[in-house]
Amino acid sequence: MALSGHLLSLLIFFPALGAVALLFLRKDDELWIRWLTFAVSVVEFLASLALLGKVSIGAAGYSAEEFWHWINSPAINYHLGVDGISLFLVILTTFLTPICVLASWHGVHHRIKEFHVMLLLLEVGVVGVFLSLDMFLFFLFWEVMLIPMAFLIGIWGHDRRIYAAVKFVIYTMAGSILMLVGIIWLYNTTGTFDLPAIQKMVQTGFLVLSPRTEMILFLAFFFAFAIKVPLFPLHTWLPDAHVEAPTAGSIILAGVLLKMGTYGMIRFCLPLFPDASHRAAPYVAALAIIGIIYGALVALVQPNLKKLVAYSSVSHLGFVVLGIFAFTNISLQGAVYQMLAHGISTGALFLLVGMIYDRRHTFEISEYGGLSTPMPQYAAFFLFVALSSMGLPMLNGFVGEYLILLGTYVVHWKWAVWAATGVILSACYLLWAYQRVFYGEVTHEKNRELQDISPREKWMLVALSGVILWMGIGSPFFTRRFAASCATVLQEMNRNVMHEVSAPVTPAPATTGASENSTERVASR
Amino acid sequence: MIPNPPGWIDVHRVLPELCWCAFGVFLMLLQPFLKNRQGLTFIALIGAAAGTLATSVAAYGPGFNGLVQFDTFSMFFHWLVGLISFLVILSSDSYLEREGLEPAEFYALILFATAGMGVLASAQELLTAFIGLEMSSISSYVLAGYRRDSIKSSESAVKYFLLGSFATAFFLYGIALVYGATGSTYLAKFADAAPSSNLLRLGLTLILIGLGFKVAAAPFQIWTPDVYEGAPTPVTALFSAGPKAATFALLLRIFGTSEAATDFWFWAFWILAVLTMFAGNLGALVQQNVKRLLAYSSIAHAGYILVAFAAVTTMKMSPDGPVPAYGAVLFYLASYSLVSVGAFTIVSELGGRGERHLTQEDYAGLGTRQPFAAAMLSLFLLSLLGLPITAGFFGKLYIFNAAIKSKLTWLAILMAINSVIGAYYYFRLIVVMYMHEYKGTPPADDSQGLTPTAAMVVTVTALITVYLGLLPNHVLGLLISQNPMASSR
Repeated sequence: MALSGHLLSLLIFFPALGAVALLFLRKDDELWIRWLTFAVSVVEFLASLALLGKVSIGAAGYSAEEFWHWINSPAINYHLGVDGISLFLVILTTFLTPICVLASWHGVHHRIKEFHVMLLLLEVGVVGVFLSLDMFLFFLFWEVMLIPMAFLIGIWGHDRRIYAAVKFVIYTMAGSILMLVGIIWLYNTTGTFDLPAIQKMVQTGFLVLSPRTEMILFLAFFFAFAIKVPLFPLHTWLPDAHVEAPTAGSIILAGVLLKMGTYGMIRFCLPLFPDASHRAAPYVAALAIIGIIYGALVALVQPNLKKLVAYSSVSHLGFVVLGIFAFTNISLQGAVYQMLAHGISTGALFLLVGMIYDRRHTFEISEYGGLSTPMPQYAAFFLFVALSSMGLPMLNGFVGEYLILLGTYVVHWKWAVWAATGVILSACYLLWAYQRVFYGEVTHEKNRELQDISPREKWMLVALSGVILWMGIGSPFFTRRFAASCATVLQEMNRNVMHEVSAPVTPAPATTGASENSTERVASR
Repeated sequence: MIPNPPGWIDVHRVLPELCWCAFGVFLMLLQPFLKNRQGLTFIALIGAAAGTLATSVAAYGPGFNGLVQFDTFSMFFHWLVGLISFLVILSSDSYLEREGLEPAEFYALILFATAGMGVLASAQELLTAFIGLEMSSISSYVLAGYRRDSIKSSESAVKYFLLGSFATAFFLYGIALVYGATGSTYLAKFADAAPSSNLLRLGLTLILIGLGFKVAAAPFQIWTPDVYEGAPTPVTALFSAGPKAATFALLLRIFGTSEAATDFWFWAFWILAVLTMFAGNLGALVQQNVKRLLAYSSIAHAGYILVAFAAVTTMKMSPDGPVPAYGAVLFYLASYSLVSVGAFTIVSELGGRGERHLTQEDYAGLGTRQPFAAAMLSLFLLSLLGLPITAGFFGKLYIFNAAIKSKLTWLAILMAINSVIGAYYYFRLIVVMYMHEYKGTPPADDSQGLTPTAAMVVTVTALITVYLGLLPNHVLGLLISQNPMASSR
């Protein structure tokens, strides 16, 4: 009982324990270091599966909560909790971390101990972000994860790693400091950092902000999250960070870190500042759509394979933001689903790109060609993952994009039409890149003797492909668990708008369905 | 009013200062007889510790007819400056050995300076404050030039002395005008003066300029980088921490008590804060010399503290009372001072004989060459940057909180922008340490790492930094109750 009562704390700090244990190993015991990290991250993953049992289907609200007073003045509490939205993001994190360890098995040669310590500390920060219910605690973990990530890029990255690391830190700091100001402002208005408490205040009308204040606060939070996502035009740090990061860094960065931004939007921007969200929605959606198309177009002309995947992230995350700011139940569910799907697919793509980099030490597409001859298995996996990323039905990418487009179409069909071009473009750039890299004759002599994937690599890819397929055909397993939470977010938002009526409230069937659903849920809560 | 003759009770109020001075004199007397550096260091440490511990024995209340006031506010500062000088003495030991400098006078001067800071913190009257200021300043001038054979050190001392005297003149002239306006030099009497008295306002402005010089507030900060760079590094550590903290204490006493013209003071501090933050951070961006970098960063941090001062001067108008902003200032001073001492100690150790290795290139690859020093310096830099689980984070948080609470949103945003600028140069140094390779062969005196005494200083400051970053509660609980206004009535 004692342990299960602190499941969330365990999940956050177990990797930290692992990192401390690593410090006691000798520098030269490479194998020990790798195996210990792998063991820690696998145990962490298995432990995180226990969360599935904590979140009951159809129930909104937080479960497995932990609450301690930490600091009296200002009143900061150690408040953790998990709901349907954070549930899978945590599992995604813990799932990708062992893969990162495996992915760096041969790719990371120097300062191995520090590398794995950083990886585990990063996991601490990310899991902490997803599980924090106290805004202050959230901010703390948000900042804590910054340094390990910067080190991962800066020490184990490629040629321009230092530039990329510094850029990453400065961009993120710029956003998060403003968020800190916003958090403190909110604290001074409400007297608490506790997210559920503030949510309740907003809902019951106890906390009424003037439109201007609300907009400023919304922007303070939104800016930080938009940088993280990254939303066009704040995306410029991402290609650098992605390309220069080592494979493990890219996987975590694309797989999880970007989701912290979209997660923050769902968790903070929407419920806390509903009116401002509504007013900002058209602009945000416009930026998201620009991001979708722009990211895809830039990806189309990339000569660098890793940069191509990086820009495809800009495009895919645009879908997520669009889904969030369409404010329909379906699109929001799609957004959450797309977050997970993108984490798996793009993580896998970076992994694949990293594998070929380990062999040839270049990302240039022109250096490859005809790879399917020497590496047939690799080519097969690559195709499978690329198809999932471009949203082929029965694979994970499809579900999210489809739901987002569907939900958006109901309320703003023009947005959906524009966004849908991104789907077509993603097929273009991925298939074209695939064709140039894998089909045809082997154009470079060096590529002729390339080794196909090793068993270690195969198992990683099998695991990822399995999840891709499962998410493609078994999507209800996931959506059932976060549907209620999504509905609650929207219900809290729309209730507020009903009596304000400033934004065009959408009388679409999807929305009314959502609020009916969630009223039930709240009643049962 | 006939002043009472001083009695034992008055001595009780200044017990820490007496301890520090007594040990300073004792060290000077001992110099001809005791040549053992370690013995002298030990005596100096005992002196610093004795003065600091005497703080807890010293009785609360006014002394010498109200010239000084020993209360929790001054107790906090006595602890702080005592701890700082203790750490500085400890970290000087290896430095003095390396540079072949005479230890006894050096320690004596540090103790005298500490006593001056103590007087500053408990002064209730401007001339007493002046004595404290001069005690600490004159000792500082000598300390800055302590490496006589180094041109930079001499330049540092001369520059500090000339500009410092100039600032003192402002301060004295301000006292004269205040006396002319109110007929008294007691801080508590300012409140009784006509609130719109221009003479008082002018006098206080001159005092602010004088003290602004001491805390390196822009536009009176020009001396800082040169003096910090030239002074022996342990002395730089002292400069960035001790006198700054004590002068801020006096500023709090003065501008917490002067009820006159709050709006005027609010804008004065607002402008000072913004100028200081930008001057410090923008200057630091282009520094290659780590000592200069930390000097500019010290200017920037003075700017952050002045943000809290702006909050202090507006909060007096709000019904909530000024308490949180005071707490913010004190907490920030404590966290900044200790971090700064720790950082400069590492810089001093890495400098090597003659302080040769001070540029950022010398720090390249430090992460592999000296993992402990690099890790600790990174911790201090992250604290200066204001990342969580360090003291600097909560320091910044409290100042933000104070600023936003008093509706100084723009000031808070400007401070946020400055924090981001700061992130660049602090992080760049971390990048240099961990991500750059050292060019050429590493210096020979590099391999042994920090000396034990320096390692102790660094460990202690690092532990305090993390402790304040994880559990600021205990310290803050004490600080929140600090209110110099309440005690002076």
